[in-house]
Amino acid sequence: MKHLLNAHDLSHEEAVLILDTAAEMETLTDRSVKKLPALRGRTVVNLFFEDSTRTRISFEAAAKRLSADVINFAAKGSSVSKGESLKDTALTLQAMGADAIVIRHSASGAPQQLASSGWVDGSVINAGDGRHQHPTQALLDAYTMRKHLRNNTGDLEGVKVTIIGDVLHSRVARSNVQLLHTLGADVTLVAPPTLLPVGVQTWPATVSYDLDESLPGSDVVMCLRVQRERMNEAFFPTEREFSLRYGFDSERLARLSDDVVVMHPGPMNRGLEIGDAVADSPQSVIVEQVANGVTVRMAVLYLLLGGGPADEGTPR
Amino acid sequence: MAQDARGSAAESSDESSDESATEPATEPADETAILDSSDLNRVLTRISHEILESAKGATDLVVLGIPTRGTLLAHRLAAKLSETEGVPVPSGSLDVTMYRDDLQLRPARALGHTDIPAQGIDGSTVVLVDDVLFSGRTVRAALDAINDIGRPAVVRLAVMVDRGHRQLPIRADHVGKNVDTKLGESVRVRLAEIDGVDEVVLVRNQPDPALTGGLL
Repeated sequence: MKHLLNAHDLSHEEAVLILDTAAEMETLTDRSVKKLPALRGRTVVNLFFEDSTRTRISFEAAAKRLSADVINFAAKGSSVSKGESLKDTALTLQAMGADAIVIRHSASGAPQQLASSGWVDGSVINAGDGRHQHPTQALLDAYTMRKHLRNNTGDLEGVKVTIIGDVLHSRVARSNVQLLHTLGADVTLVAPPTLLPVGVQTWPATVSYDLDESLPGSDVVMCLRVQRERMNEAFFPTEREFSLRYGFDSERLARLSDDVVVMHPGPMNRGLEIGDAVADSPQSVIVEQVANGVTVRMAVLYLLLGGGPADEGTPR
Repeated sequence: MAQDARGSAAESSDESSDESATEPATEPADETAILDSSDLNRVLTRISHEILESAKGATDLVVLGIPTRGTLLAHRLAAKLSETEGVPVPSGSLDVTMYRDDLQLRPARALGHTDIPAQGIDGSTVVLVDDVLFSGRTVRAALDAINDIGRPAVVRLAVMVDRGHRQLPIRADHVGKNVDTKLGESVRVRLAEIDGVDEVVLVRNQPDPALTGGLL
């Protein structure tokens, strides 16, 4: 595995290996020296064409804890705002000797383009592209679920996950459905018909329009952010109606078991897709998701960059 | 694959597999017994007494094994130490994969388990345990790993087999058995917990590269 572009590229074994590696990385958080030498001398470039707080910081922290050198590139304030193309930007980074490029882009498929074009030699890690994929988010969500429901070992066989809200614009939902399916979980997507993509019937998930019908029995409830910035038309009549029918509020939480795990990829619209009290409830692991993001990204960086080339026989 | 990867990483502490890739072995394995189960137990008992002698008791002792077989030996050693002295002796596991100097020479490998006793290692006498001492590179990596975890007062090295051919200025304080080996041979320590039997053997021809994992 050289690149991480899509959640569905991961086999069951690879996904579990990443989660197991992350579990070992987590022991680092108890140490006085929070640093491992595995990526010493490697350069990781964070190439962010789209705004991000937690993903960029999380990748930066992960790379630094593995002793890599990190270069942060934000499109704003760079030559991209003068009209430089992705290709020229990539060639510049290649000339600087990037061993891995972590890319976020508003265009679906930009990471794939970067990985397959031959512009760069290093690994390409997709940190979110348009409405398409966000594989490390899916991995950190799976890791968080495994920690709470499966004692942090094995896979997620039989875990019932309900994902609510703006599936249409959500790369998190796409990646999660694929990875959770690979790991054996049962996924239900709940959204108004206008916020479900064409072809959702072919996804390995159950689709429902009725939240109250779908919630009972859920082990995990994941709320998705309503992505106003990607909405250029009306997808629901009013926010109040959306939150009444699809908002995960305290009343709905109270009807579930106390062990239910409440997740949100952030940033949250409190009071819209998730109730204020729910976000701060004991069942909410939203802050922990951020912490797990660092360990999971360390595991991904280590497994992609930590070794040498695979196909040179067995070097002595 | 995860299980396999773990299994082969487990072999990584066995430095004897190091040279297995140098010749494409075609002849069947040729094994010579070095220690049997009761020898192995007696050796562990002797090492535990040596440790107590040099440390003047079991206070502040922490036994850390290098996965996978070093960890098992560390647990057995700690049990013997606490039995002899009547005080609990903590034991744990120290994975050195990310500290190795040959990381970039192979594809990324699965990590072993690290489990440091809760009280930490600051100021204590750490006994580092591995099954086979060969090039010394694993021990060097382990010393770096210890450095990131804390500052022990003393670090000692105990190994079941010292097979020579050191590439670094490292020596063991407690050795179960010194074995003269050729570079093309390998020493295999088998433990009941994972191999079903306690024994140490010298292997002349490696029939199956998968057995050695091709790992250092």
